[in-house]
Amino acid sequence: MTERRRRRITQAIAFCLLGSAGLSVLLTLAIILYFMTAQGSRAVSWEFLTEFPRKGMTEGGIYPAIVGSFCLATGAIVISFPLAVSSAIWLSEYARGSLWVRVIRVGVNTLAGVPSIVFGLLGLAFFVGVLKLGVSVLAGALTLALLILPIIIRASEEALRAVPTSFREGALALGATQWQTVRTIVLPAALPGILTGAILGVSRAVGETAPIMFTAAAFYMARLPRSPFDKVMALPYHVFVMATENPNYWRTKDLQFGTTLVLLALVLSLNLGVVVWRTGLRRRKRW
Amino acid sequence: MTAQGLNGKGCSAGADDSPSLHGLPRSLFRKRLDVVILFILSSASLIALGLIFFFILREAFPFFRRVPLVELFSRTWLPTLEPPRFGALPMILGSATVTAGALIVSVPIGLAAAAFIAEVAPGITKDVFKSAIEILASIPSVVYGFFGLAVLAPFLQSTLSLPTGRTALTGAVILAVMALPTIASLAEDALTAVPASYREASLAVGATRWQTIWRVTVPAASSGLLGAVILGMGRAMGETMAVLMVTGNSPQLTASLLKPVRTLTAGIALEMAETPFGSLHYHALFSLGALLLLITLGMNWSAEWFRGRLVRRHRR
Repeated sequence: MTERRRRRITQAIAFCLLGSAGLSVLLTLAIILYFMTAQGSRAVSWEFLTEFPRKGMTEGGIYPAIVGSFCLATGAIVISFPLAVSSAIWLSEYARGSLWVRVIRVGVNTLAGVPSIVFGLLGLAFFVGVLKLGVSVLAGALTLALLILPIIIRASEEALRAVPTSFREGALALGATQWQTVRTIVLPAALPGILTGAILGVSRAVGETAPIMFTAAAFYMARLPRSPFDKVMALPYHVFVMATENPNYWRTKDLQFGTTLVLLALVLSLNLGVVVWRTGLRRRKRW
Repeated sequence: MTAQGLNGKGCSAGADDSPSLHGLPRSLFRKRLDVVILFILSSASLIALGLIFFFILREAFPFFRRVPLVELFSRTWLPTLEPPRFGALPMILGSATVTAGALIVSVPIGLAAAAFIAEVAPGITKDVFKSAIEILASIPSVVYGFFGLAVLAPFLQSTLSLPTGRTALTGAVILAVMALPTIASLAEDALTAVPASYREASLAVGATRWQTIWRVTVPAASSGLLGAVILGMGRAMGETMAVLMVTGNSPQLTASLLKPVRTLTAGIALEMAETPFGSLHYHALFSLGALLLLITLGMNWSAEWFRGRLVRRHRR
């Protein structure tokens, strides 16, 4: 066997191994999606989505959990979005390269690495305890807002940086102030990218359990929340309690799969939307 | 992740803060109101971080004042007994076991998948794999936990004929899947950050593409790859819901992968719900939180350092 041939064969084997590693990632995803859809679709129906749980949560639907998750995610994004976008504007437009920017960036990266259960502890000690918000939608939304802050900041900053410098130079040359430049030229150009970041933040807030366990979530509520100071049911927490803490858990397998499927479908459709939208944006970019 | 790479490029418009740009003299405050407001709002993430450190430590402090630190590293966890025992060693080791088990699976697969995506896969295949990894990363942890509980645990129980399917092994497998996207996507970033000229030089002297990957690209990206692995480790260590649902949560000291274990995160989540606000047990759980925060942040900072070193080294 010639040296050259031997090297060819080694390469073929190596590439096969790398390829199979890549395929195993696809396969894992397929297995998870298959089991969740195959078993979950049996339980999901219009009634399942629009009814309250009945008979000690062994029958009925998940309507209050859907509403609760919606409240929490909306609250979180309303609090987080203005803070995150301002941070991103500051990082990318006003103070590029300064020491303070480096400090903030380390802060953002560190915040992104804090485990979600630690956010839950903060929420319990600060929002529930010190601020006396109680176990409530508001406390949960505030906790989730801090958790998704780094996600939206990073996405927004990337979107702002992708706007060409010539846009800013054009505006400044016409006599616009820095704020006018940012507001009328840079922000509109970066808006789609910023919004995809916001959607990613929402999808994260919908799926997180640990931060709302001690700050917002209720095992069961017979009515919908009436004020921001009410406890709520939430989809991810509902999945958790139905599968582990409900004494009748072995009778409700279908409901558990159904709830998980609804949560998964919600989160994945948000994320898929972002992926598709982003590809579209790249293709018809004007610069 | 790519934002770092753009650093230092085209900073003329944003960084310029000279007053001559804005013409007529006005009062400084009115003129720069945008600067003042944005400056204040931009510190939100630092304030959030400050709140986390302050409140976790504040709530952990009463525990450290009443119980010596060494007690935390003893073997028995019986917080509700009289006198209570606060030995968190089983949970620390539980976290370590499950994380190590996860890495054994996810590091080779994650790095190989990253190399495939960055160096081998052609155009459209590459996009498919990258999207798959992104989707895998976006699945909520409670969904992974439920999958582990309802599908994987019964499967492992019957194939290995165990008394229970909720074991350290089940947790390790689920965590491996969860750490995989982190490791793969960051490792791919690291490989992509290696300058094309390295590969061109290697191919030009007659190396095959595989030899180029193995002997040139991977060594050049090594510190970034290490950073990716450490970040994956931090992610696995801090994961709560999935391990809480699948590892069985028995706070016993064990070296076996086939027995139930309890991790630090699961311990906090499980017991906080049953603990009176302000009790010694409550403060003990916050001290576990402080320990967890310390470990994961140490990992994250070292990972960022390794990842930054890759960029610094190859910049000209």
